[in-house]
Amino acid sequence: MSTVTDIGPGSSKPTVRRRRAWVVILLRAASLPRGRFGLTVVGVAVVTAVIGPFVAPHSGTASIVAPFARPSSSAILGGDELGRDVLSRVLNGGWVLLAMATAAMALGVAIGSASGIAAAYLRGRWDTVIMRTVDVVLAFPQLVFALLLVSIVGPTVWLTVLAVGFSHAPQVARVMRSAALDVSERDFVKAVELLGVKRRKIMAKEILPNLISPLMVESGLRMTYSVVIIAGLSFLGFGQAPPAPNWGTMINENRIGLVLNPWAVIVPAALIALLTIGINTWTDAVARVAIGIDREAETATLLEMPAVGGEL
Amino acid sequence: MSELGTGAREGAVREVLVGPQGAVREVLVDVDRLRVRLAGSTVDVVDDVSFQVRAGELMGLVGESGSGKTTVALALLGHTRRGLEVAAGTVVVRGTEMVTATKQQLRQLRGAEVAYVPQDPASALNPVLKIGAQLFEVLRAHPDAVAAKGLGDPRARVAQTLDEAGLGGVPGLLKAYPHQLSGGQQQRVALAMAFALRPSVIVLDEPTTGLDVTTQRLVLDTVRSLCQAYGVAAVFVSHDLAVVGGLVNRLTVMYAGKVVENGPTALVFGAPAHPYTKKLLRAVPSPERSTTLEGIDGQPPHPTRRPRGCEFAPRCPLALPACTEGPVPVVHLPGEHLVRCLRTDLTARPEANRAAERSTQPRAPHDALLVASGLSARYGPIEVLSNVDLSVGRNECVAVVGESGSGKTTLARCLVGLHSSWSGEVRFGGGVLPRAAIRRSRRDLQAIQFIFQNPYTSLNPRTTIGGIVELPLLHFFPSLARSEREERVSRVLQDVALGPDFWARYPDQLSGGERQRVAIARALVVSPDLLVCDEITSSLDVSVQATIVELLRRLQAERHLSLLFITHNLALVRSIAQSVLVLSKGRVVESGPVARVFERPEDPYTVRLMEDVPKLPRGGFESGPGGEADDEPNGRLIAT
Repeated sequence: MSTVTDIGPGSSKPTVRRRRAWVVILLRAASLPRGRFGLTVVGVAVVTAVIGPFVAPHSGTASIVAPFARPSSSAILGGDELGRDVLSRVLNGGWVLLAMATAAMALGVAIGSASGIAAAYLRGRWDTVIMRTVDVVLAFPQLVFALLLVSIVGPTVWLTVLAVGFSHAPQVARVMRSAALDVSERDFVKAVELLGVKRRKIMAKEILPNLISPLMVESGLRMTYSVVIIAGLSFLGFGQAPPAPNWGTMINENRIGLVLNPWAVIVPAALIALLTIGINTWTDAVARVAIGIDREAETATLLEMPAVGGEL
Repeated sequence: MSELGTGAREGAVREVLVGPQGAVREVLVDVDRLRVRLAGSTVDVVDDVSFQVRAGELMGLVGESGSGKTTVALALLGHTRRGLEVAAGTVVVRGTEMVTATKQQLRQLRGAEVAYVPQDPASALNPVLKIGAQLFEVLRAHPDAVAAKGLGDPRARVAQTLDEAGLGGVPGLLKAYPHQLSGGQQQRVALAMAFALRPSVIVLDEPTTGLDVTTQRLVLDTVRSLCQAYGVAAVFVSHDLAVVGGLVNRLTVMYAGKVVENGPTALVFGAPAHPYTKKLLRAVPSPERSTTLEGIDGQPPHPTRRPRGCEFAPRCPLALPACTEGPVPVVHLPGEHLVRCLRTDLTARPEANRAAERSTQPRAPHDALLVASGLSARYGPIEVLSNVDLSVGRNECVAVVGESGSGKTTLARCLVGLHSSWSGEVRFGGGVLPRAAIRRSRRDLQAIQFIFQNPYTSLNPRTTIGGIVELPLLHFFPSLARSEREERVSRVLQDVALGPDFWARYPDQLSGGERQRVAIARALVVSPDLLVCDEITSSLDVSVQATIVELLRRLQAERHLSLLFITHNLALVRSIAQSVLVLSKGRVVESGPVARVFERPEDPYTVRLMEDVPKLPRGGFESGPGGEADDEPNGRLIAT
């Protein structure tokens, strides 16, 4: 949208190819101080998780020092409960968590927006069925609901992702429904309906593209919750099976040795905190930009929007 | 009420003619070189605006959207909208400088010395407070003013002010909530509130937009009689020249943030001296004659890109190189008539200053394309249309007119299938149309196209213009080759006078008129037989409306289209339609050829409608075959 201001209606200048709306939002959010801060913080955690496996000095599962050994030259962050290198486990233990959180977020946002938009646009019976289901699911706290699903289906990685994804869906559905209600009532949707276009196509091509701002904010928010819940489930023992390194599991495994080698708990906990704080700050920046774009439209109305006249 | 209004109006006319030569009345509003800009920038929204309003004078502040008229009106109250600031100039209201006044001073002045009547009373009145409470609040907020002006007991004053606003006889009004009143009553309550403290200045911001013509006339009569009776200086902001023309003594015409012309109404309308005013007047349709409307080519400049010299120069047929070189000075013409133009030698020349009359050729009887019989529609338990019969011939334009709530938009929505709870029969091209669009055949959906009222909501903001116009083609003719499709889209864009560079643009990069043309192109691209237009010019400026109406007329002739033109604008009907259907409260009260219905209305409702519709005062120099205005004895005065 940054290009809009210098094009404006009525100019005969050749049109500058406009960036997609979501790219504009991301770029602008990245230019805000809080956006930059968020990105940097997330960056630290993400780089650790992604590059970690390639730079880890030791295997994540081999015991090389005494249990809860203090940091030494062979194990910079000391050893864990089984004498494995904490640094190597930290470096190896992030990417699965990150991948799981991302997948769960994507799943939750996809299911949630599809059902939210469908409820808003189709109305009637669809709306009732979808939204009452949402109400029922929302009656359970999210972690409890995810726990319930995981304990039913078993603690494998993919089933955990599915469970967390599903537990996101109702919250996303609520937000997307209220945003889609407004868009569904606009005339451009009616104009396409009058052509006889299929409803599925109207939802995907006419309504969804107008929900980019809430979609982006919602994605960021759900990503934060994904990280928290998946790390939490790992802490509680649901998630990756024991020998595999995981930031969430590490906190649980090593908390008994907190006085002997605190680094085995502090470092994974700090990385999870960085991840969530970073994503949250970044999402806040995105939300601010989305509001700011509405404000710009307001300024434009001060300058040129015609008054919409009624009956004369 | 209406007797009082009419009497006062005649008085007003006499006073305009006498006033300036008579005793010099006190200047109550003095705006001098006012400049308002976007806060913290050098972008001027309004620049070099000067005018004066004297006691008892009504001044019209007219201009199209973006001209800055509302910004100026609010400055009279010492207010600027968020994001704007006064950069220079003074606004003196009865001796007080409003720009530099403290908050405390402003609070005392607003309501007591300068009052405001908003455009939409429904949102200006507090919905949870009774009318009485809201009126008393005004008096209670200004105890000093009540005492100083000797207004006496608040209770008596409230009764009196309601009486003055023509609401005296309404029982239980003080205990009513705003939603229990009609739109006209709400607006008169707003007037009563504004006049409650006998202010010396009153600012009216399009106070009749949203009211039907009969109510509008009542409200205008009230405004006029109150201003006359109490010597109030009134500033009446409007985009509707016909409404303003019958009301005010003086006119200030704004264009792109500057005052381009200022003078007595009779002179500005009778002998306009600025090319913009002249062109604007030629874009106004007349309910008395079928006219060829002239739009104004181009668009007003965006505030960030205003030209150095005359703002109108890029669109002006008389522009000289000197017009673009620097600020254009104001020229004083005889009769307190000011014009910001270098070419007053030419513009003062007598020429046509109204839309030219067109001879409406009688048409052969049409074979009917769409016939609705016994159409009744309901929203839930409320019947909004009852037993409507309607016929649209091939290549015919039928206008449906009515006040708000008459059911005209519902009629259009029933016919296109957007509203499906109706009964009756609609035949189209031989077959019977199913009620809902979803049940109709592809052929029918393609043959009947609908254009929405508001071009700001009818185009998907995330789709390019090319994509918007292409969609119906993709849907109805999926087998069309890409090259053929693109060919058709660019041809139809050309038809509505949009160049190929519009393909890749998005709706928010377009002006209102351009957007509405895109909407027309989207409808035309699948070669429909019938175009249903629902108030398609009501959100557009009058000069843009003229362009759109002429475009539709041309397309109707070229493509042998049938049009169903829904509108509340009676004058527009005269210029576009061949037949007209008058709706009132869901029933057809009169229908027939346009000329017959306008000149010899039969139904009492239609008769009243025709009387109440505001008409542009006749100009001094009419053109075309119907130049009867030259014979009128007072052709150059305000004929009300």
